[in-house]
Amino acid sequence: MSKKELIVSAIENGTVIDHIASDKLFQVIKILNLENCSNQILFGTNLNSSKFGTKAIIKIQNKYFERYEINKIAIVAPTATLIKIANYEVIEKFNLNLPHEIEGIVKCFNPKCITNHEQVMQKFTVLDANQIKLQCHYCQKITKEETLNFL
Amino acid sequence: MKNKNLISITDFSKEEYLQVLSLAEEFEKNPVQKIAEGKVVASLFFEPSTRTRLSFESAANRLGAKIVGFADSASSSTSKGESLVDTIKTVCCYSDLIVMRHPLEGSARLASEVATVPVINAGDGANQHPTQCMLDLYSIKKTQGTLDNLHIALVGDLKYGRTVHSLVEAMCNFNTTFHLVSPVSLKLPSSVKMHIKERNLTYYQYTEIQDAIDKVDILYMTRVQRERFLDIQDYEKVKNSCILEKSLMDNVKKSMKILHPLPRVNEIHSNVDSTPQAYYFQQAQNGVYVRQALISLILGLK
Repeated sequence: MSKKELIVSAIENGTVIDHIASDKLFQVIKILNLENCSNQILFGTNLNSSKFGTKAIIKIQNKYFERYEINKIAIVAPTATLIKIANYEVIEKFNLNLPHEIEGIVKCFNPKCITNHEQVMQKFTVLDANQIKLQCHYCQKITKEETLNFL
Repeated sequence: MKNKNLISITDFSKEEYLQVLSLAEEFEKNPVQKIAEGKVVASLFFEPSTRTRLSFESAANRLGAKIVGFADSASSSTSKGESLVDTIKTVCCYSDLIVMRHPLEGSARLASEVATVPVINAGDGANQHPTQCMLDLYSIKKTQGTLDNLHIALVGDLKYGRTVHSLVEAMCNFNTTFHLVSPVSLKLPSSVKMHIKERNLTYYQYTEIQDAIDKVDILYMTRVQRERFLDIQDYEKVKNSCILEKSLMDNVKKSMKILHPLPRVNEIHSNVDSTPQAYYFQQAQNGVYVRQALISLILGLK
């Protein structure tokens, strides 16, 4: 019998973001501003995944995310699973879903949109839960994954 | 409809458009009705316009309202760097209704969110121009007697033309058959075609005007703009495929009418102007009645 071993060690308390697409790891780190986070962070990418072939994972000690941060993760890594850990036990586990509307996370790609010229809260309707298709509340143009920029 | 904003054609229901159109008919019969005396309409044109501004101002005048405003942003505090939000909040103190045109897309929606008076969008960049759409509907109804079950050809730049997009969306409520005539590179975008498909309506696509012209009740012409083409040779190849002239009109329906949001450049030859089908100048006049109807409904005077 082979001994199973965790490649990325367990955390006592905090959050695990699992099933991130391998090539999205550093983007998730960036949008969550984890490079400026002083908590203990473990991460790995190009790990084997029975679901997706390969995956990335991030484990952050003593950190639970707010709704707006979870929405950010959902935009970059829609396949991710969020797991809350307390005393090494899973207390909550859920798949990410894009909300129907998002505010203040993404920039409208349209250079002629008023939101890129005035101080306005950027608002989008999520047209398709499975792909990034965000319709700007103001100019109606659709921001897609290729044109996505975070605020 | 009192105090309602009109920012996009989808802000109004089919019943609401029909109400505007029937009131516009009343204004056409009796254009001078001083029902808005004592009201102030702010006409804020951050970008120049001939037809839209003058027809709004003419409509407000015929209703007896006073107009304040500016005809280009150089003569407003925008030139000192004032934000749109601040300009709108200020103008609300002086007026009962704001009519605005602005070069940036989404500006009218933003204005309506900070304004304490209703806002009518008179064009926000390439995004929306709902009053043009309403006057197009009025012109179609007036010339055909109905909006239902018509064959409409849309000709020219179907990709970027905002009037075309709004008109398609609005006409999808009336069981229209669409004949789409454009160079391949300027076809109607799929995001607009989606509305036609959702309603299970029929549409045909052509590259030459003569293939559609004999079949339709309305020929809606638009400009093919040279600046839309990256390669000037591409423009030269397609520019004549969407030009209307009298010799193409031998077999058109007698009741067919030609519309154009204007200004035109060369897409309708001047020899068409004297045909009974030419309707584009009356169409511009209809804009006044439609805008009178809108102003009086939004101010709650009708």
